[in-house]
Amino acid sequence: MRRQTPSQTIGPFFAYAMTPTAYGRTGIASNRLTTEATPGQHIRIVGRVFDGAGTGVGDAVVEIWQADATGRYHHPEDDRGALPTESDFSGFGRTDTQPDGRFSFETIKPGAIGSREAPHINVIVMARGMLLHAFTRIYFADEARANAEDRVLSTVPAGRRDTLIAQPLDNAGASFQFDIRLQGDGETVFFDA
Amino acid sequence: MKNAVYNPRDWDSQPPYAHPPYRSTDLRSPKQPLVPLAQSLSELTGPVYGHRHVNALDADLTRNGIVNGEPLGERIIVAGQVLDEGGRPVPDTLVEIWQANAAGRYIHVGDQHDAPLDPNFFGGGRFVTDASGHYRFTTVKPGAYPWGNHDNAWRPAHIHFSLFGPAFITRLVTQMYFPGDPLLELDPIFQATADAAARNLLVADFSIDLTEPGFALGYHFDIVLRGRDATPLED
Ligand SMILES: [Fe+3]
Repeated sequence: MRRQTPSQTIGPFFAYAMTPTAYGRTGIASNRLTTEATPGQHIRIVGRVFDGAGTGVGDAVVEIWQADATGRYHHPEDDRGALPTESDFSGFGRTDTQPDGRFSFETIKPGAIGSREAPHINVIVMARGMLLHAFTRIYFADEARANAEDRVLSTVPAGRRDTLIAQPLDNAGASFQFDIRLQGDGETVFFDA
Repeated sequence: MKNAVYNPRDWDSQPPYAHPPYRSTDLRSPKQPLVPLAQSLSELTGPVYGHRHVNALDADLTRNGIVNGEPLGERIIVAGQVLDEGGRPVPDTLVEIWQANAAGRYIHVGDQHDAPLDPNFFGGGRFVTDASGHYRFTTVKPGAYPWGNHDNAWRPAHIHFSLFGPAFITRLVTQMYFPGDPLLELDPIFQATADAAARNLLVADFSIDLTEPGFALGYHFDIVLRGRDATPLED
């Protein structure tokens, strides 16, 4: 067995390569996962990344990976039938945070992946001061029944589950808020994935 | 291999979240225990990037930022193989890199180091590994740069690497260092992996075989991602 290469922090100076639109370059992904034609319920997810003092983290990267509206991942490992040939949806998004820690994604609400799996978005957070990225998940408050049966949420201490649940910002299900607290009061649940 | 789970993160190799000598970890390290997560399709799948997402210029940092001439500095080749823990090549996976210029200055707007920008050096590159997991960049050797972590703190020369691997949980963001750099002993980021053998995996080897006569010195840097064994996915 070879040993895993250790992780190192992304540092503060990644933006021109990883999230380079402000530098006039095209990144491999952005915070917009959809076009107008993408099938599914279009949603906007907004949030902030906070440190242990409650200060916004202005140099974080948030990456999301999700299934499409039918619950399919666009990856060869998910071989449950053919993907729509015209699909423009990859399922991956990446953004940096604003100086106050704010971020947003334009995406679709993912379908449920399987039984006892509520719709969710997989998240990686990294920043200067994090030697290793952190894994978390976004669930949706308007999926209360599915959330109650979700096999991952059921393993999370009940008092901390709320940290994984995006809250609606309107009645139309068009926008949700999901904050990420790296440390301290209301610390987001991070997974040993 | 289908539906086999990935090996866990190796906590003898991987650094901790909290590492007091690296002061920025103080407020950015989770304090609650990580919640164990049984792997499912959400973890076994991940972003798919292919050769159509990169072009040849993306791998040549001595050319992809040219405005009116050649970038300054010592030209180098950085090449190696992306493997999993079982030694199997990881083909067709995206490798992104970024680095300071030869003077130790990033093009990033937030870099305040009083060293010159190079108008002909951008400092970012991409490569998608070939069928045998190999990648190859041409660039210039980055300079060391000061930072505010402690009195007279300097980062050793390094190149930032970001890789996906085949799944969301094989993601790796790391830094490559250069052999013989006296700053490695003093760097709390490099030293965050307590095990010397593991952290030395971050130091490239000089390679005369990769060195191009009359053009550039070669450095060899392999990257090992989490592998998967035969343990089937729980249903
Ligand atoms: Fe750096």
